[in-house]
Amino acid sequence: MANLTCDIRLNSKLTPEQREKYQNIQTVQDILKSSKTIAIVGLSTESTKASNMVASYLQDEGFTIVPVHPKASEILGEKCYPSVADIPFPVDLVDIFRPPHEIPEIVEQSIKNGAKAIWTQLKIVNFEGADLAQAHGLNVVLDKCIKMEHGRFGGMLHWAGMNTELISAKRRAV
Amino acid sequence: MLHAGQIPDPFVGSRAVPLYQTTSYVFKSADEAAHLFELKQYGNIYSRISNPTTAVLEERVASLEGGTGAVAVASGMAAEFGTFMTLCSPGDHIVASNQLYGGSMTMLAHTFKKLGIEVTFVDPGNTDEWEPAIQKNTRALFVETIGNPINSIPDLSALGKISKYHTIPLVVDSTFATPYLCRPIEWGATIVTHSATKFIGGHGTSIGGIVVDSGDFDFSGFPTIADPSPSYHGMRFFDTFGHYAFLTKLRAETIRDTGACISPTNSFNLIQGLETLSVRMDRHVANALAVATFLEQHPKVQKVHYAGLESHPHHDRAKKYLPKGAGAVMSFELSDTLPNVRESGKNFIEGLELFSHLANVGDAKSLVIHPASTTHQQMSDEELIAGRITPGMIRLSIGLETTDDLLWDLDKALELA
Repeated sequence: MANLTCDIRLNSKLTPEQREKYQNIQTVQDILKSSKTIAIVGLSTESTKASNMVASYLQDEGFTIVPVHPKASEILGEKCYPSVADIPFPVDLVDIFRPPHEIPEIVEQSIKNGAKAIWTQLKIVNFEGADLAQAHGLNVVLDKCIKMEHGRFGGMLHWAGMNTELISAKRRAV
Repeated sequence: MLHAGQIPDPFVGSRAVPLYQTTSYVFKSADEAAHLFELKQYGNIYSRISNPTTAVLEERVASLEGGTGAVAVASGMAAEFGTFMTLCSPGDHIVASNQLYGGSMTMLAHTFKKLGIEVTFVDPGNTDEWEPAIQKNTRALFVETIGNPINSIPDLSALGKISKYHTIPLVVDSTFATPYLCRPIEWGATIVTHSATKFIGGHGTSIGGIVVDSGDFDFSGFPTIADPSPSYHGMRFFDTFGHYAFLTKLRAETIRDTGACISPTNSFNLIQGLETLSVRMDRHVANALAVATFLEQHPKVQKVHYAGLESHPHHDRAKKYLPKGAGAVMSFELSDTLPNVRESGKNFIEGLELFSHLANVGDAKSLVIHPASTTHQQMSDEELIAGRITPGMIRLSIGLETTDDLLWDLDKALELA
């Protein structure tokens, strides 16, 4: 893993202090390394929507996704649940593509589920929900794209000409 | 300049950036291939669209400019064309500086006209001309950091505010400045373009261009970026890619379709240049200031257009936006007291020994050209007047030679003028 890292802006409106707390670079890497099962709240059935593209990517990269959708029965070959509260087994991470005001309720359900971490995608920020999750010992990342972060540390985002802000003279870990 | 964009690979550990001289990449599986084409998976398909050597150039320049990412293309002209093709549709409009590189002027005035895109040209030095030129269909504001060839310096900060207020991207070509002398994004630019052929490469070996996006512009209501794309099953690039929508569209649609890709070998050569950009630019600007000062004091020289000189009307802007130096391209006019200025210009150019007479700038070697008959030759008399290019004007690109050698050469050639 690269030693020198600057926190990439990626249009985040968070202050440097908030970025340290809610976009902590070590937390991001810990979540990516330790999670295997990821609930995706707000996963669209349409294949060109961001949520669907991210979920498809996570499957390709070996994660098991658990779609959360109010009506659909199956997305990307996986059984859907109407809410996080309906998932009958604990997930490692809850990745959220829903408007900010819905975050506290999703967090409450995630805590009951036994999830270990909460992640909100780009532009989705709710500090109340984030603090609730952190108070219950969950890892939290706000306002970041999980696909981009996975690709950033894996070296694949770089192929897209993105500024990953990772600098290191050591060999990249396999 | 040395590290950004390359982390040594885990298997070979090559310290130099590897040159991936390949057209295409073996897919891992049929599913992976499909997902790559659908933009769901990161990876390389074909070097017309992306290449791992080129990716190092892209990330490195994006990092130097403080942008969110970059796309490298065939040339500086391809960078400009690709940018405007991505931002504009037929019926749209651009407000551009009237003192651009001649090739850019011709592309905007004539090639874009064929595509139904109109351009209004305004004075880059006079900010007051920009806002009144904006129309409902204006999709870009376009200016050079240091104008070619008379060194006009736009008030980037003021143009950045106009861009933000009207939600129109400010595109800045920063070829003459390089990210070492100026980072336009910090002053409000949306997109920065370069002819990497020039100072970035620095050795006159390879042609290439690059487009950097700040990632800060709100493209949510911008038709070409936000509307459903018929070439990707109705995908809305802004909804799906957010701050990276413009660059994804540029790469996956405009460059994919127009074929203006950079050769991996050229990317490799330009990367070698980037490694020494800072030390070279320090020498370029020190030599340039010495040459400009020498010319200004010479009796056969009427006027020197170099923003690093106090006599230049935009010297204060140069100090603000280019504190390390105003670049290394300048122009000057021979004294109108000479009996035949055109003849004197010819004698001067032919009298030079060290300056190479050719159509380029930003080489390690010093260069000279007569714009009115060459680089800006396609422009009409009116366009030449607006661009302040006189028949007796000579453009210099100052290289890395020993300063005294350059002054000796100029002194000797001016005697023949």
